Amino acid sequence: MSTPHVLLGLLAGGTKHGYELKRAHDERLPRARPLAFGQVYATLGRLQRDGLVTAAGQEREGGPDRTAYALTGAGHAALDRWLAEVEPPMPYVASTLFAKVLVALMVADVDRARSYLIAQRHAHTDRLRELTGIKTSATASLDDVVAVDFAIAHLDADLRWLHTTLERVADWHREVHS
Amino acid sequence: MTQLQARGVVKAYGPTPALRGITLDVAEGEIVAVSGPSGCGKSTLLHCLAGILRPDAGEVLWRGHRIDTWSEAARSRLRRTEFGVLFQFGQLVAELTAAENVALPLLLAGTGRREARTAALTWLERFGVAEVADVRPGQMSGGQQQRCATARALVTEPRVLFADEPTGALDTLAGEQVLTQLVRLAREQETAVVLVTHEPRIAAYADREVVLRDGMVDHTGLGLDAPLAGGRR
Repeated sequence: MSTPHVLLGLLAGGTKHGYELKRAHDERLPRARPLAFGQVYATLGRLQRDGLVTAAGQEREGGPDRTAYALTGAGHAALDRWLAEVEPPMPYVASTLFAKVLVALMVADVDRARSYLIAQRHAHTDRLRELTGIKTSATASLDDVVAVDFAIAHLDADLRWLHTTLERVADWHREVHS
Repeated sequence: MTQLQARGVVKAYGPTPALRGITLDVAEGEIVAVSGPSGCGKSTLLHCLAGILRPDAGEVLWRGHRIDTWSEAARSRLRRTEFGVLFQFGQLVAELTAAENVALPLLLAGTGRREARTAALTWLERFGVAEVADVRPGQMSGGQQQRCATARALVTEPRVLFADEPTGALDTLAGEQVLTQLVRLAREQETAVVLVTHEPRIAAYADREVVLRDGMVDHTGLGLDAPLAGGRR
């Protein structure tokens, strides 16, 4: 994920200091990999160095100084450019799951490959159930549902691919050994 | 506590076996998904559990009593009082309005007309389709029809709801909205659900998934011929 662009996006709504940015990030992208405070400040430092954000004043509320940041004109332009760029749709088939299933089918003995596939399917379906539970709970926010939908769609695709691959391998095997 | 059980259930259509000895327990308030590829026997199992079909061999027990030996009339009474049934295409009565459709199971169970209508309106409201209460199915969208059908299946507050691909005819978002509401309300009133589906993401709404393959329970869940196709060597 592009943390600099996400921070630029969060600043597009108005000036924020580091703590507010971190909080807004966690609210709007609730299931993302956790973003550390250190990473927020380091990213802000780089954005400021590149002229994409600027310090817009200091706040002191009985604690340490807090610098508020605002988007610059160049920051707005960089954000617009990023939003206008189409993401290459899966330019490579790069996934550890993909690699492991193929390697298991190629090199592992039958029992090991079988145990791995059963365990992986269980892990996928357990996670799918857990995420569906979050989504169907009465307290789920729209941000939660949107993030969880993304994960559910990808797990569902993995499971479909897994089943299709096993069917294909079975067909291939029947053909070769018939 | 287990309330519905299949014990070694076998069923064939002529020479074609559909179920080859299925054993399955459904506890009170439990949501169980029955999944598997087309033709694996999942709909037949649902029909046997709901007392719609009689197995050729094996037993179906409701609260410890064999129901597969009951008369059609007795099984039909059980379906009216304790069970709710929901199919892929809502199967609403075309001549009746949404509210009349939803009130129907209550009227058949002897509830007064006014009380049945009030309950029907409450359930239509719960599924977000109160606005079509006096509309006939022909004038509703597919999503509205399925919401009404789901309300009708739950209006008697059954102990078990049998749902066969209940969102199969809906687009993804409409399907999820119906299912989310169905699961929430079933949990609220502790109705057990037997949910037949071929989709992993639908099965994930259940507490537990039972995968069938060729009329048997597939404990691996992978739908693999045993042993695993022998690798590619």
